[in-house]
Amino acid sequence: MKRLILVATLLALFSCGQQQSTSTDASAPDEAVGGGQSTVQDNTSEPDVVHVAVGSPDHTTLVTALKGAEYVDVLSNAGPFTVFAPTNAAFDKLPAGTVEGLLKPESKDALRNILEYHVYVGVIKEDFIQDGMTLNQVNLDNVTLNKKDGKITVNGANVLGVVKASNGIVYIIDAVLLPPEKK
Amino acid sequence: MLALLIGTAAVFSSCKPKGPADVAMGDAASKVYVAPGKYDEFYNIVSGGFNGQIAVYGIPSGRLFKILPVFSVFPESGYGYSEETKPMLNTSHGFVPWDDLHHIALSTTKGEHDGRWIFANGNNTPRVARVSFKSFRTEEILEIPNSGGNHSSPFITENTEYLVAGTRFSIPMDNKDVPISSYKENFKGSISFVKIDPVNGHMNIAFQLRTPGFNYDLSRAGKGPSHGWFFFSCYNTEQAYTLLEVNASQKDKDFIMAVNWKKAEEYIAQGKGKTEKVRYAHNTYDDKTHSATSKMENEVLVLDVSEFPDIVYFIPCAKSPHGCDVDPTGEYIVGSGKLAAMMPVFSFTKIQNAIANKDYEGDFNGIPVIKYEAALHGEVKKPGLGPLHTEFDEKGNAYTSMFVSSEIVKWNVKTLEILDRVPTYYSIGHLSVPGGPTAKPHGKYVIAYNKITKDRYLPTGPELSQSAQLYDISGDKMRLLLDFPTVGEPHYAEAIPASMITPTSTKIYKIEENEHQYAAKGEAQAKVERKGNEIHVYMTAIRSHLTPDNIEGVRLGDEVFFHVTNLEQDWDVPHGFAIKGAANAEILIMPGETQTLKWKPLTTGVVPFYCTDFCSALHQEMSGYIRISPAGSNTPLKFSTGKIEGQP
Repeated sequence: MKRLILVATLLALFSCGQQQSTSTDASAPDEAVGGGQSTVQDNTSEPDVVHVAVGSPDHTTLVTALKGAEYVDVLSNAGPFTVFAPTNAAFDKLPAGTVEGLLKPESKDALRNILEYHVYVGVIKEDFIQDGMTLNQVNLDNVTLNKKDGKITVNGANVLGVVKASNGIVYIIDAVLLPPEKK
Repeated sequence: MLALLIGTAAVFSSCKPKGPADVAMGDAASKVYVAPGKYDEFYNIVSGGFNGQIAVYGIPSGRLFKILPVFSVFPESGYGYSEETKPMLNTSHGFVPWDDLHHIALSTTKGEHDGRWIFANGNNTPRVARVSFKSFRTEEILEIPNSGGNHSSPFITENTEYLVAGTRFSIPMDNKDVPISSYKENFKGSISFVKIDPVNGHMNIAFQLRTPGFNYDLSRAGKGPSHGWFFFSCYNTEQAYTLLEVNASQKDKDFIMAVNWKKAEEYIAQGKGKTEKVRYAHNTYDDKTHSATSKMENEVLVLDVSEFPDIVYFIPCAKSPHGCDVDPTGEYIVGSGKLAAMMPVFSFTKIQNAIANKDYEGDFNGIPVIKYEAALHGEVKKPGLGPLHTEFDEKGNAYTSMFVSSEIVKWNVKTLEILDRVPTYYSIGHLSVPGGPTAKPHGKYVIAYNKITKDRYLPTGPELSQSAQLYDISGDKMRLLLDFPTVGEPHYAEAIPASMITPTSTKIYKIEENEHQYAAKGEAQAKVERKGNEIHVYMTAIRSHLTPDNIEGVRLGDEVFFHVTNLEQDWDVPHGFAIKGAANAEILIMPGETQTLKWKPLTTGVVPFYCTDFCSALHQEMSGYIRISPAGSNTPLKFSTGKIEGQP
């Protein structure tokens, strides 16, 4: 099932690219191409954080959410970014209906706020992480990193793996990070 | 399963072409079309970044008219290669043939463009330059001492009284040999106030402010009610000296530094500045002698702000502010925290009230830190990611570039409401509205200067061009009209109505006003002189011959100086000069001008030289020979044009 979804996602991405290449055709109408950085066709460069997520069968929900929040172009930027990437299983741990609710158009701001809580502008490598350090995320709230016996957590979520990307670093985590309630 | 279906749907929906705002619509071509022979409405003066030059484009066409060398040698014109222009690039480090030109500033009177000069900064070996709007040539370069990198520069006051030069990197002053880890103790910032002579534009460092050791990024002068103040963005208030990527991003807020420069002026007038011994070059070009001179200056006046607490105030500003822009009314100061998803807008009135009431949250190295809320007009919430720079139109709107989210966001300065957003392709840095930094914006367009183009143009290997994008801002919604590649890496740029510049543009230099010491102001004055091992050729160029065009009597070991005077007095008839084996470049000589190419022959023989600029139907005939004889030979020194041996 997961594999099917991945195929669907990749197809969708691929179709975006095709759309762009046709509109650069000389015979195309007098219209400019409007695709963002995520539509750049480049199979040579190291994958960026978006491509890392897209390429992972365990992150389809995250990719869906990034697209729903129109956040893929942002994360295709030069960055650099540190991205905490919850797995599908992490999203599944949320109360039933949460993800569906967030994907509704009227929830776009809330979804963006949550996604921006997973992104830091700057590269924080594993060996730089100190127990108790905080990072001020793109949404302006802090996350707390802990490191005990070499095991890294962020707001208590476990880091399952680390993937280097061309424009940053991705920490795969087992829980969705929820921004603190605004007082 | 439902989530996955929604997800897939969302993926597909994101492929839909975006709205009209990001697509140039049908009549875009007619809006940027400038018919053959017609002029563009605006000059766009664009910094060249790492090419050390300024590029001049037309708006709305995007046509490139000129690359104007400032801090970098330019073999195309001989700038930095001719004997006359070499002194322009002299510094306390010797001849420095390159710099990183980030920002330009067009001179203003009463806060409005006056069309006199273009100022520019050299970011690497700290320098500022002044370029004439009449000749489009660099007339003056002033090195900035006590600076580690001149980034927050060359921003100017309302009447071009001062130009500022703030150090990007703090350094230990006086070339002190100290451990890098002693940053907090030994490293200081420095902000130079360069006085501009209102008549001839000549620059002199009036005084420097010694400031706390962190990074000074960008700045803007106040205007109208805030005239007399200057605002600087500061980052790395953590005072990190390694891995700034992480260590200079620790605090939630850095500072905007507000400087009361009128107060600093008073202290200087009272003799409170301390004279420090320094070394810096001051280079000026004279368009009568057609030559630059370089003078080494050796002192500056310094005011340490820690001793004068009413010159400088800090205002907390979110996360590593980059742009620090003042709106046309002079009341609002926009801080762009480049790592924040929020932009604070400060009120000059509130800042003044906070100072009057001592509404401070504390101090930094003895300098008062005004309470954030006390200075704040309001915050622009969630404008986009990576806000960098803000320009203004004539209708009370602001346009902010968002590097990370690759967009321009339009918002209302008073209400802080976001009105519109358009994507840029990709990763916009600076942006420019014609007259956007002045008290009277011309409006009409906003131009994006993008750092990354990836797939936007035909690929040219790994090194791609940067780009500019032109948007129509005359309506409520911004509309993309045009996308054009740029030379170098454009940082800041300004656009000015062509009508302010074209009437005074220099066409020729008058030959009778040529005061070059080696000028030959007519063919009768052409000659060759020997001074020891120097051969001075007083050469003239006119369609279609060089005088002299036969030279003999030069010996190996001699250095030959070709002083070429262009005798033409006709618009757009430059002549060029080049000689085989010259280890520098050509020279390009404008009508009425004299320029010198130095050449040291390395072998005997007869060597051709020629005119390099296609000047006439007989351009290919415009050439000559110079004979090089062995060292110690007694070939007589002689020169001629049109003389055939054996004929009288």
